Amino acid sequence: MPESTVDAPHFPAPRTHPFDPPQLVSELRESACPVGRVSLYDGTPAWLVTRYDDVRTVLGDARFSTVGGWRFQSSASRAAAERAETSFTAMDPPQHTFYRRLLTRHFTVKRVELLRPAIETIVGSTLDEFLAGPRPADLVSGVALPIASRTMCHVLGVPYEDHQWYEERSEVRSLLDADPAEAEQATQDLLDYVDRLIERKLRSPGDDLTSRLTAELLEPGLVTRAELIAILRLLLTAGHETTGTMIGTGVLVLLQHPGQLDALRRDPALIGPAVEELLRYLSILHSSIVRVATVDVDLGGQRIRAGEGLIAAPAQANKDPRRFPQPDRFDIRRDTPGHVAFGFGVHQCIGQAIARLEMKIALGQVLDRLPALRLACDPAELLYETSNLIGVHALPVTW
Amino acid sequence: MRIRVLRERCVGAGQCVLSAPQLFDQSDDDGTVVVLNETPSPEDEPAAVAALGVCPSGTIRLDP
Repeated sequence: MPESTVDAPHFPAPRTHPFDPPQLVSELRESACPVGRVSLYDGTPAWLVTRYDDVRTVLGDARFSTVGGWRFQSSASRAAAERAETSFTAMDPPQHTFYRRLLTRHFTVKRVELLRPAIETIVGSTLDEFLAGPRPADLVSGVALPIASRTMCHVLGVPYEDHQWYEERSEVRSLLDADPAEAEQATQDLLDYVDRLIERKLRSPGDDLTSRLTAELLEPGLVTRAELIAILRLLLTAGHETTGTMIGTGVLVLLQHPGQLDALRRDPALIGPAVEELLRYLSILHSSIVRVATVDVDLGGQRIRAGEGLIAAPAQANKDPRRFPQPDRFDIRRDTPGHVAFGFGVHQCIGQAIARLEMKIALGQVLDRLPALRLACDPAELLYETSNLIGVHALPVTW
Repeated sequence: MRIRVLRERCVGAGQCVLSAPQLFDQSDDDGTVVVLNETPSPEDEPAAVAALGVCPSGTIRLDP
């Protein structure tokens, strides 16, 4: 590791504008050595990768491993949560490839499209309840998070009445300032929960992914029970806070750009590009995508030694003006393909087609059914989540 | 232009299908890439190049 960390700035660093990268990142990106030393919560040194091309290199190149990346997470609780991770996200190819291949057929673009009617119903009924309630109301807790939770419950065959219980445990794993022992306990609680879920699906299978994976993978012995538990634990907690944050914070960004909001209302075909630009612009993952060099590598003007850790998060890459001119400007008509909001390389999000479909349906229905939607507070009063994910904590709206 | 795929690398992220649905699909068996047309027409060549650019796992190759 770099010998002296005294001068290395701390990361994550504070942001001036909630959606723009910290000054530290912007300055480093424009410097002669855009891969820079930072100091993590406990003084552990890491390399912060700030340019789009370098982030893609780190995430796409086999010289960088995901194994042991937990040591470079941005808090003690995140490190504890990631250290306990035993699913394929903590493995490199070819081991990783084996497990991922067992799942990919369930997440193809075609297969996910079959979820459309169910997601439309979930979004519709969530909005029915929201519109029947008092106003102003919080769109994050009333619309965005329930849509994401109910969708994942539907996909996995998890009873919705359990969502609060497992989401609380998931949040402990995600928060930067949680107690590490609690993060470990939360992980164990979730594994135990999934174990009981598998037991129920073995006895009475349903039309859901947990039942299908149990029948396809566990019963024929392709994976052990512990392996299936690790996979399902990952799927259970990966899809609600992320997509929920994107929907809620996405609505806020659209409200802050009324011209583009009007254009989107007039031309629903813009919803696809708008979702991609929201993914790029918000890049809610700012710190937790980490790799470890397996050999010495020269990158961004630095010699990275084997065993050193690199933070290669979407938020840095997606705001590189070399790839996205005027990156801090939100523009649904910009050329967004190639953004790395879902990561890059072999670990790129397996559920991204679900997230995209959910966001398109949710944002489409919100704009359609709430034509007079507006903020119900001073924008300066909004509180932002600056933990593992970047997003607005609550969004008081009226309509 | 000729499209080749190193299927053993594919992780089924579906980026190629999103950027060039006329050229790529995903297998029902394991979600990996299926090339629908190995020799894209000149009009489809930019879509093939775009798919190459967004493939996260280095699966797609384009030969001149």
